[in-house]
Amino acid sequence: MIETAVVQTVKKNYLTEKQGILSWLFSTDHKRIAILYTFSITVFFFLGGFFALMMRLELLSPTSWLVSVGTYNKLFTMHGIIMVWFFLIPSIPGTLGNFLIPMMIGAKDLAFPKLNLLSWYIYMLGGLVTVYALFRGGVDTGWTFYTPFSTSYSTTYVISAAVGILIAGFSSIITGLNFIATIHRMRAPGLTWFRLPIFIWSMYASSMILVLATPVLAITLLMVAVERIFQVGIFDPALGGDPVLFQHMFWFYSHPAVYIMVLPGMAVISEIFPAFSRKPLFGYKAVAFSSIAIAVIGFLVWGHHMFVAGESAYSALAFSFLSYCVAVPSAIKVFNWTATMYKGSVSWDTPMLYAIGFVGLFTIGGMTGLFLAALGFDVHVHDTYFVIAHFHYIMVGGTVMAFLGGVHYWWPKVSGKMYPEGIARLSALVVFLGFNLTFFPQFVLGYLGMPRRYAAYPPEFQMLHVLSTAGASILGVGYVLPLCYLIWAWHYGRDAGPNPWRATGLEWKTESPPPTHNFEVTPIVTAEQPYDYEAMKEELQLV
Amino acid sequence: MTANVLLFWEAASSVAGEVNAFFVCMLILCTVVAVGIASFLIYCAIRYHRKAENELGSQTRYNIPAETLWTVVPFVLFIGMFIWGAKMYFDIVRPPDNTINMYVVAKQWMWKVQHPEGQREINELHIPAGRAVKLTMTSEDVIHSFFVPAFRTKQDVLPGRYTTIWFAAQKPGKYHLFCAQYCGTSHSGMIGWIYVMNPREYQAWLTEGAAEGSLASTGEKYFHQFGCANCHNFTNQGRCPDLRNLYMRPVQLTTGQTVLADDSYIREKLRDPDAQIPWGFASNVMPNFTGIVSEDQIVALISYIKALGPAPGTLEPASPGAAPGPYGAQPAAGATGATKAKSQLETR
Repeated sequence: MIETAVVQTVKKNYLTEKQGILSWLFSTDHKRIAILYTFSITVFFFLGGFFALMMRLELLSPTSWLVSVGTYNKLFTMHGIIMVWFFLIPSIPGTLGNFLIPMMIGAKDLAFPKLNLLSWYIYMLGGLVTVYALFRGGVDTGWTFYTPFSTSYSTTYVISAAVGILIAGFSSIITGLNFIATIHRMRAPGLTWFRLPIFIWSMYASSMILVLATPVLAITLLMVAVERIFQVGIFDPALGGDPVLFQHMFWFYSHPAVYIMVLPGMAVISEIFPAFSRKPLFGYKAVAFSSIAIAVIGFLVWGHHMFVAGESAYSALAFSFLSYCVAVPSAIKVFNWTATMYKGSVSWDTPMLYAIGFVGLFTIGGMTGLFLAALGFDVHVHDTYFVIAHFHYIMVGGTVMAFLGGVHYWWPKVSGKMYPEGIARLSALVVFLGFNLTFFPQFVLGYLGMPRRYAAYPPEFQMLHVLSTAGASILGVGYVLPLCYLIWAWHYGRDAGPNPWRATGLEWKTESPPPTHNFEVTPIVTAEQPYDYEAMKEELQLV
Repeated sequence: MTANVLLFWEAASSVAGEVNAFFVCMLILCTVVAVGIASFLIYCAIRYHRKAENELGSQTRYNIPAETLWTVVPFVLFIGMFIWGAKMYFDIVRPPDNTINMYVVAKQWMWKVQHPEGQREINELHIPAGRAVKLTMTSEDVIHSFFVPAFRTKQDVLPGRYTTIWFAAQKPGKYHLFCAQYCGTSHSGMIGWIYVMNPREYQAWLTEGAAEGSLASTGEKYFHQFGCANCHNFTNQGRCPDLRNLYMRPVQLTTGQTVLADDSYIREKLRDPDAQIPWGFASNVMPNFTGIVSEDQIVALISYIKALGPAPGTLEPASPGAAPGPYGAQPAAGATGATKAKSQLETR
């Protein structure tokens, strides 16, 4: 007995297998690459967050007091660019997706480990080029790069930023391809499609969008650069172009990109609810197909960003209808997550708190989407803070909450250590309250008519802006706390063991941290259905 | 805050009441659903809180009737929202007949308004209460967006083409005008006021400062200044079409298609004369006026052409002074033409 214990501690895992910085920078292990991504996106998250904080401080006063109007424009542009392309899009796929997809399907690694490493390097190169644009003086076009302002009028570093994003796009495409190939080809024996965890289904849907939509963004940004450099008339009417063409191309990518950002969040939530209710995910097939439906219909709704852009009334009708259609699969997911808790054995551990918070915030974000999809209503609130609040409820209240929930849920697997539960629960609460105080007033601001991207504003909006800034400072604390205690836990947390949550799923069937090749023996899946808690009964009785 | 709440419900245009009604209904419905979901989550979290470390939940996986219910019911509700939203949209974007027509030229970072009577305003717009006002808008540079929160309407203003917006203000007052589409450094400074006046006060305001005559008379001046009158004269029907009776009439093109001679068509002729040549006329005759005629001047020229027609029975040129001379008008005639053009505008 004692001998076995000694062998256990000496056994190498993916963290101890090799030492030194180079062993990380040249690693093709999906788990190590996931950690490289975690470092990078954390840096970008706090950089983007710093810009947000500066904006919120500036908006404390109706007049421009902290930064100049031009600087404010650069702040919101860089906040958007960093958060969308260098945090949200790679966040869950690059970290949890990279780490978990091979483990959940019983594989040793992704299908193309070297491409996976390349994808991180390309992402970092894109990030560096964008940061270069930032240090040269920034960009002031807004993350949307609307023409002809971006091509003919802005005097800032538009091309550097566009090139940075274009480069990062290739990283997205490679990651997406890698995931699709892995999920198709590398599943363990017996692991059929309907035995897969929903995490895999959602990541698969998200990867499809990455591969199909990102090239359109690349083309669009390339055309912006070409028009800017060579004065070729593509988008600027003064040169013979059409500015609305840009909006069609940009949103043809950027609306599906919203689902690139939120589907991985849904993937995480779909794992947390069963694990912390000790119950199979309710309505598995409906949830699986709803991810695919979101990916498909998500390609057909881009025109709802252009209801007041001069689009014809009839195409506006079609896009409004399709936008309501894409809300149905999201509603199905919300109801199924909720139903998973019913008659479960519900724990109040931190991941579950984040998951419950996610459902609340995603529901508000989704339902305000129903307001915006109504043509006549959108005319009023388009380009106001109502829209800002709506998409932050989805992106921050949704994706970031899910990301934090997922980080806590799989932290024992990744690090082999438990995080401190008490302070983690507290910080989940701080994030939830801070988030609502930041963004709920913005719905009211939007309906009152406060336009977005205003450095100065009429004084009657001040009170709501002050509330929002107060919320942002609380939210900031909520984000710094996990950073501190998770780093602490990495070194000092108590050992987690292979399956601290008693969760199902292949990733919990191996050591924590896992060995380099994930499984000593390739697992064979015989359970007819995923989330098989019947099979867990024996393990649970041992406790 | 009280002022905010008042502003919140202020229905200052004919469509604002319906937008408020939609908002309230959606708010009630969504609050009920959100509170329902939140209560159920909290109920489950407490009622089914794990009591023993080795406890398992029920292992139910599917309930087809429940799942069908929560797929179909939302979809039906969504269709209802879609229909109401679409109906509201057509109310908002379709102008009624008998609008007062004005022109707006946006540029970084100001709103320039031209009244048909000749008044020009910057970052201000005076309109009468109770009348529908239609703005035909374009931009000299980037995309802007004309947004009046109290009227619950907005429309992007694009360079290179015209878009329109209309509203009927309900009661006199002063309302915010915002640019809603990010347009560069001073985007947040591209704001102004809409002054809604009693119709009588509005009439007084119109007569106050109309120094240069009507917009159509200004257009008439440009018509001669840019040499339009040399070819588009009303006596010599040779190489160029007669512009009388043209506005808002169908034009048959050399391609066999028919287009409507609206504001956009006339504007396009100045920018790209060889596109959409009318039947019976040759290309490469009219010079390209891109960069020569500004958006403000185009607006004035359109107003002049509008004043030349199209009401039946107005086939006579609007101004005796403008018609005859292929080489320009007599200075004295301009004023007469302007007066007549103005009266024609008012009768429409």
